[in-house]
Amino acid sequence: MTALFDRDTRSGIGPDPAGRPALQRRAALSRTYRRSEPYRFILPTAVLLFVLMVIPIIMVIGYSVMDNVITNRSPEFVGLANYVAVLGDRIFHTAVGNTLIFTIVSVVAHLVLGLVFALLLNTTLISRAGIAIFRVIYILPWLFTVAIIAVLWRLLLNPNGVVNYLLQSAGAVESGVEWLSSPDLALAAVTFINIWAGYPFFMISMLAGLQGIPRDLYEAATVDGASPWQRFTNVTLPQLTPIIISMTLLDLIWTSQQFALIWMTTGGGPINVTEMLSTFTYKLAFSRYEFAQASTSAVIILLLSMVLAFFYVRHQKARD
Amino acid sequence: MSKDAQGSRTALTVIGATAIAATVLVASGCAAPGDPGSSDGDVVLELAQWWEPELPDGAFRELIDEFEAENPGITVELLSGPYASTKEQLFAGAAAGTMSDVVGLDGAWVSDFKDQGALADLSALMAEADYDESQLASQIQLDGATYMIPVVNFVYPMFTNDDLLAEAGVDAPPSTRSEFAAAAAALTELGGNTSGWILPLSLEAPNGIQNDVMSWVWASGGSMLADGQPDLTNDEVTSAVEYIKGLWDDGVIAPGAFTMKEQDKVEEFTNGRVGMMISSLAHINLIRESNPELSFSISALPAEDGFDGERGIPYASWGIGVSESSENKAEAWKLVEFLMSEDVNSRLSSIANAFPGNTASVPDFVEGDELFATAFDIYQSGYPANEFTGLPVAEQLMRLFDEQFQRMLEGDQSVDEMLSTTQEAWMNEF
Repeated sequence: MTALFDRDTRSGIGPDPAGRPALQRRAALSRTYRRSEPYRFILPTAVLLFVLMVIPIIMVIGYSVMDNVITNRSPEFVGLANYVAVLGDRIFHTAVGNTLIFTIVSVVAHLVLGLVFALLLNTTLISRAGIAIFRVIYILPWLFTVAIIAVLWRLLLNPNGVVNYLLQSAGAVESGVEWLSSPDLALAAVTFINIWAGYPFFMISMLAGLQGIPRDLYEAATVDGASPWQRFTNVTLPQLTPIIISMTLLDLIWTSQQFALIWMTTGGGPINVTEMLSTFTYKLAFSRYEFAQASTSAVIILLLSMVLAFFYVRHQKARD
Repeated sequence: MSKDAQGSRTALTVIGATAIAATVLVASGCAAPGDPGSSDGDVVLELAQWWEPELPDGAFRELIDEFEAENPGITVELLSGPYASTKEQLFAGAAAGTMSDVVGLDGAWVSDFKDQGALADLSALMAEADYDESQLASQIQLDGATYMIPVVNFVYPMFTNDDLLAEAGVDAPPSTRSEFAAAAAALTELGGNTSGWILPLSLEAPNGIQNDVMSWVWASGGSMLADGQPDLTNDEVTSAVEYIKGLWDDGVIAPGAFTMKEQDKVEEFTNGRVGMMISSLAHINLIRESNPELSFSISALPAEDGFDGERGIPYASWGIGVSESSENKAEAWKLVEFLMSEDVNSRLSSIANAFPGNTASVPDFVEGDELFATAFDIYQSGYPANEFTGLPVAEQLMRLFDEQFQRMLEGDQSVDEMLSTTQEAWMNEF
């Protein structure tokens, strides 16, 4: 229709001069319509994002500067008072420390284990059938939901559970170790569970990366006399670096927000040795009904996550 | 119009319709689940509770079907889930103003829901329906108005493993603290991972503080409150906490206490690894089903040596309330009235193994089962005690106590320090 209209205008054939402004208006509308095409394509997604992401985030930010919300019918603006209260809370400091330890140890272990298992699965020394079996075994933890992982490990690490039974049978310990209930061991235990649950995702990504490395790079390195270690550090690692950085940043964001696993295994205890930012926020909201302070804590977590997201996006852009 | 233009317009229409549909979908996802009526004009009531999964299969639905038959035009949709999920669902619903019409309540939640304006004033509904309140065994009132009616009550007596006790040379369930400590020590000395007592202190579900710690205070006639305010540093609470600390130091409490939940406690007792526990009568059937060979008894909680007063017996209720946001309050009240009626309440308490909320109701298990007959005797010889019912942020109070209690058991602070710190923390919540 647009093409026909233009041709008619150029040839002078068409309505009388009095109709020209109308035709010009239609031409302008048509151009606007054409230019808006890409925006119309993203409109459904934009609407969903606006309703599901932007509005809730703005509401939570709004809640964070009120005295209390939801349980309070007429909330009042209190400025940054909630931020002062949350940032000055001793348990919040504990939660930040625990989250840092939990996240950094988990991500490093995910990276190392994922890489090692990916290298093992990428080897040519084992038959294809053998590799297929190992792939299934190694990926199993990733197939379980968090609830099942929590129940499974609670049973395994119970003072009368399988782990303690094996340790006692082997003479490694005299009595059942309270893995999840001892303040000295609980953080390490939940971190271990999280490592177990999360390494397959790294492993699969690394494996995909390893399989994408051209063989001729290894052949050239071998011809140059590179040892296996040198081939690993000079060919494999540089080729995997983009994946490693992306995965690390994503894992940092995901792990720092881990809630379900902690809640279902220790509930943030014993005392508060496994208190994380996520459990701290949940307790503020659903145990103390301090929804404004919970919103404040959530905004702080959002800001911290945005720092990581910023580096992730920058890295992705640099790759492009 | 060209085909291109037609195509573009069709595409635009489709995109627009999709966007509107998405928005409507999202918006409808936030709509009140308790919206009145179905398409055929019937009233649909939602009843959110954790009771159905804890009762024999289909038993609760059967009662509800009876209600529907008696009240044509009212359909009841049961929203059933475990206790913790129900709680979260109700709190989310209260916050969003979308609570189910009729809700199962724990006494610990009532004050918070009332403060949020989420619960309807049952006193007003009862007056409107000209209901005779005298038939109710108890009501949970705040500021002079009823917000929760206990439908059935579960007492928390002491369970003892008869075989283990006999093996440890203990003839009868202990009735005083000294006897209990001696029995717990004898049981632990049996070895083989056997412990005398079990104490769940998980911070995720800190109701162990109510059922397994404060119950020692109430059993000796003590109180954790004075004039409705926290009074944790009094002699009765101090004595009970010191006593439990003594048991802990003696190593008679089952390992794993700090992250243990109620279900872990019952499981350990059922498996015969623990000689004594304080637990709900509701668990009798579960224990019998899981381990039919287990021989166990129930008795009153031990009191302080020399105490001869009336013993407080911890209890928990399946309470019921009506949502303030319900548009069918009159119909909702009919459902409450039905569940509280003499016959239905008798049957419900019978299948739940609980004591009825209607004074005229008599559960049939009392005559038919020796254990329940004993429980009924214990119930009648003491008084139901649960000081957390109706307190603000009751669960948070338990959690605050729990954190300090765990520190004290770990040896990080003395009993006096623990109680004064907790007292201060509790005062901040009142």
